[in-house]
Amino acid sequence: MSATFLGTPPFPRAAAQALADTQLRHNLAHATTTIRAKRAAVVAEVDRWEELRLAGAAVKEAALLDLDTHLLRLEEQLQARGAVVHWARDAAEACAVVADVARAHGADEVVKVKSMATQEIGLNEALAAEGIAAWETDLAELIVQLGGDLPSHILVPAIHRNRAEVREIFRRSMAEVGRPAPDDLTDEPAALAAAAREHLREKFLRATVAVSGANFVVAETGTLVVVESEGNGRMCLTLPEVLVSVVGIEKVVPTFADLDPLLRLLPRSSTGERMNPYTSTWTGVTPGDGPQEVHVVLLDNGRTRALADQVGRQALRCIRCSACLNVCPVYSRTGGHAYGSAYPGPIGAILNPLMRGTGDPQTDSLPYASSLCGACFEVCPVRIDIPEVLVHLRSRVVDAHRGDAVPSAEALALRGAAAVLSDARRLGALERLSGRAGRLLERYGGRRLPGGRRGLGRLPGPGAAAWTGARDLPSPPPESFRAWWRRTGRHETSGSGT
Amino acid sequence: MRVALMVTCINDAMFPETGRATVRLLRRLGVDVDFPTAQTCCAQPMVNTGYLDEAVPVVRTFVSAFEGYDAVVAPSGSCAGSVRHQHALVARRAADRALADGVARTAARVHELSEFLVDVLGVVDVGAYFPHRVTYHPTCHSLRMLGVADRPRRLLEAVRGLRLVDLPDAQECCGFGGTFAVKNAEVSVAMGADKARHVRDTGAEVLVAGDNSCLLHVGGLLSRQRSGVRVAHLAEVLAATEADAA
Repeated sequence: MSATFLGTPPFPRAAAQALADTQLRHNLAHATTTIRAKRAAVVAEVDRWEELRLAGAAVKEAALLDLDTHLLRLEEQLQARGAVVHWARDAAEACAVVADVARAHGADEVVKVKSMATQEIGLNEALAAEGIAAWETDLAELIVQLGGDLPSHILVPAIHRNRAEVREIFRRSMAEVGRPAPDDLTDEPAALAAAAREHLREKFLRATVAVSGANFVVAETGTLVVVESEGNGRMCLTLPEVLVSVVGIEKVVPTFADLDPLLRLLPRSSTGERMNPYTSTWTGVTPGDGPQEVHVVLLDNGRTRALADQVGRQALRCIRCSACLNVCPVYSRTGGHAYGSAYPGPIGAILNPLMRGTGDPQTDSLPYASSLCGACFEVCPVRIDIPEVLVHLRSRVVDAHRGDAVPSAEALALRGAAAVLSDARRLGALERLSGRAGRLLERYGGRRLPGGRRGLGRLPGPGAAAWTGARDLPSPPPESFRAWWRRTGRHETSGSGT
Repeated sequence: MRVALMVTCINDAMFPETGRATVRLLRRLGVDVDFPTAQTCCAQPMVNTGYLDEAVPVVRTFVSAFEGYDAVVAPSGSCAGSVRHQHALVARRAADRALADGVARTAARVHELSEFLVDVLGVVDVGAYFPHRVTYHPTCHSLRMLGVADRPRRLLEAVRGLRLVDLPDAQECCGFGGTFAVKNAEVSVAMGADKARHVRDTGAEVLVAGDNSCLLHVGGLLSRQRSGVRVAHLAEVLAATEADAA
């Protein structure tokens, strides 16, 4: 039933497939437009939003600057309050810790709070391989899991599905793994939520082990924080006897007070709410209340690699709100699967290459999956300059190929362009050539474009075909600006210059 | 005040009428604008595709062409944005202190056209006449990199005869994105198709923007669709007068 991002082709090909999925396009356009408007409305209510963003960015930046100190403090505090701390260098180590804990309690199933870190490390698949079922309890994650599907959004992982599809998935798959969906299930949101609630409740009450992530962890107190909307998280965090939390090391903030700007920024940026319905905090073990065995897995999995990148490290400020996905004109047309990762959209386009490094064609295609329009930076609650990092990562991809024996067509084209564009005489000579072609086209060929200029239709060749497949191209003008200036412009002092 | 025109390579080679219109407009407003002929390109195509080493000689050429001017005017938000936000990065890559100093001097003096008109010259009514139904697309870099805000709209609203119609979802990217338009052509066209649809929904005859690169893309789609909508650079609209219409 489980799908995998492994084998996703590079972004241009994956995106082309997604663009052809009309249901996906329609669902996404509707969902991203709705959530965009909600966010804009609640952000506009805050008087000094920009100052709040600066405060949020400053908190995360300060935490990252002394990450080692804060992490050791966190470990000390967690241990002092009865939690067991594990350090995981990579996905395999983190998954092994969770599996060991489950096995130690004889559990063949765990219930899960929605968590990006566990999606990132492929925990469900790793546990399945050990014979342990991991049940997603967030409604959207449940839809994805029951559908044998992959998440396509950080916050609303089933954003690519509409309610008719959700009804079909529930009717088809719930019975295989627990309480079936009612026979008269409609596609009304309340009916779908009720079916999920009935289905999940059995799992909550039965489970002995829960797995969560954390939105934030506080070093000075050893407190973990989960922010959610549905209450399923709180069920997982309070009912089972054993709790394992997998937490990226960049989630640490130094003090409890540091949560202030972040807890204000997150709900407005993510769900477009003033405040999220459930904020759960827990600090180690509280005797007689909640889980009596608490494990915290501190996960690296490429984060120290990202931290070592002086331009890119700002990506570790991310609080997973997904505002950048919702405003992204690329994401809102391709959806998340095209990015081949649990982290899609603009943040995924920088986070994945930063954490994995360059070299894999799929990962290397991600920094180019953007028109650099800057809408992501504008909405980011912790001011990650995503366009800046995208450009930086593109240069890392290019630099990694500088030693290639056979340069790519793109490298040759840009080197040629640079040679022409660094010398006005060379540029002028090329313009004279194109001007000649323009004069010929003006006389003999080319369709008239709106406004009267001659234009070119479909052209062959790699770059030209990609441009002219859907777009006309004006034919070159007979005279460049430079040539016009030489001929007349510099002598004119007033009046018409044309 | 010594004012230089940074025409941009795309205008120089493909849209000279935009450069001519800018010269005409500035002269009408009493600015004795010069065109330093050593100029070429802002290097954005190399920078944004990741070719930083290749961008270095282009930025050197830029700095030497524009050193010594009090103000540099560019009829492009994207190219002005590249100079102001990316040249320092290229200089750092070159590890060249002299270049970094030159970049710091020139970059600060570069103005996008609407910024120069409104902020430096202090004019909103430039005496233009353009009797057409127009819609305006605020290009991403002018909007989000430079923050030109409503300057272009204010300039257009003061043009006699011009009927300005709101463009739905105006602030969403058109999908050009430089080499993105070719490297991710499918997504680029999908974005452009929506932009073209919004433009057509306005019933405008002319789509105006401050960047010919974006207009090359959206205009190319509108043309392929036989839409009957033409594109024009902001400078051409602002340069137009009663004499042209007659």
